[in-house]
Amino acid sequence: MIVKRIIPCLDVKEGKVVKGTNFVSLRELGDPVEMAANYSKEGADELIFLDISATNEGRNTMVDIVKNTARNVFVPFTVGGGVRTIDDVTQLLKAGADKVGMNSAAVANPNLIKEASLRFGSQCVVVAIDAKKFPDGKWHVMTHGGSKDTGMDAIEWAKTAEELGAGELLLTSVDTDGVKDGFDLPLTKAIVETVRIPVIASGGSGSPDHFAEVFAETDVSAALAASIFHENTYSIKEVKETCAKKGVDVREIGLF
Amino acid sequence: MIAIVDYGMGNVASVSTAFQRLGYDVILTDQQEELKKASHIVLPGVGSFQAAVDEITDRGLRDILIELATEKPFLGICLGMQLLFSTGYEGGETTGLNLIPGKVKKMNTDFLLPHIGWNALNINHAFPSYQRFQGDHVYFVHSYAVETDLRYVVATTDYDKDVTAIVKKGNVTGIQFHPEKSGDIGMDILKTFLQEDSHDNYSSN
Repeated sequence: MIVKRIIPCLDVKEGKVVKGTNFVSLRELGDPVEMAANYSKEGADELIFLDISATNEGRNTMVDIVKNTARNVFVPFTVGGGVRTIDDVTQLLKAGADKVGMNSAAVANPNLIKEASLRFGSQCVVVAIDAKKFPDGKWHVMTHGGSKDTGMDAIEWAKTAEELGAGELLLTSVDTDGVKDGFDLPLTKAIVETVRIPVIASGGSGSPDHFAEVFAETDVSAALAASIFHENTYSIKEVKETCAKKGVDVREIGLF
Repeated sequence: MIAIVDYGMGNVASVSTAFQRLGYDVILTDQQEELKKASHIVLPGVGSFQAAVDEITDRGLRDILIELATEKPFLGICLGMQLLFSTGYEGGETTGLNLIPGKVKKMNTDFLLPHIGWNALNINHAFPSYQRFQGDHVYFVHSYAVETDLRYVVATTDYDKDVTAIVKKGNVTGIQFHPEKSGDIGMDILKTFLQEDSHDNYSSN
């Protein structure tokens, strides 16, 4: 059987992995390629780079990071953040990314999803959806790092993204992100039950149990986390051990 | 020297790097002379069956690939594996390289497609050199799969049904998943291909 994937996310700013839930207090953590290689050795099933560079130099550096990662890391990786045009997609795939993530640009121009999937195949198009629950009872699609309400219904947007050719959805709950009290189960469940493509849950993990929980309670294909891995609170191995103990199928590498 | 066939379908940097890491020299080429000189031929590829066949034909590579497949170890990866077969149905019915009899059809399943992620290998006992990969997880990304005679099937994976994962007929090996993205196991599988097929009937330069 296909296993549930555990994915560390690396936020990259001007060529360095950074940590920080708000942009004021970013702290440099290390070299992206080195960290990616280490995570892959520890058993990460996949990696995601999120480029949060503000400058053109930063973006160009990201392309070099992608090239070096492709030469040094032998698990699949996705690159997102600041992908606006089909040329951006082309450049990142050419540099060696396996998949490209698109968020705000896809909301502003849904045709980008279609164009990218027709040209390169659905398998490399990941649409990232940041969602937040509103008093109207619906989850709205948020952009600009979760700060701007588009008013769009996240469930409807997920359907549209699939129809346009998205191969996967990266679903982040703005409500649970950074809270470390577990993934957003109702949101994840609602999206997974809406689409027929793999969904990656993101936002809220604070312990290995939270991974086991999201896999037990929803049919999500993968779960992503950043800080619990970067801060060495838990290793990928610990997360997988906990999942395996609770009956979740994971890829076991090395000694368990 | 391992020749990786460059026909414009998908990124091949990781495939090249994987072989380099195993200590081999690699050339990425669509030149017939270079292909003839190589010890091994690797046909990679991501994209649709029909587009790939068109590219191979337009570059005048079809006949030489078929010829080389009888002479030296030949490995197809992902779409490159599917192209080894007689007929594909992605983008319309298309004739493949026909090196192994079989068809490449959209996977018939209620499970999610594409089949993306790490899945376990079940090895056919008739292929002892691959036996040690029994149960190992490798990384798949595909929606179409090979239907062929079981005697060519080295390994399958379970995704609702048995899905062809590795095939072999004479010199020709095909791998549906991405060994270059499957960590250490993937590297070991490439090594197995290289070692198993290291007989000397291709040594003419």
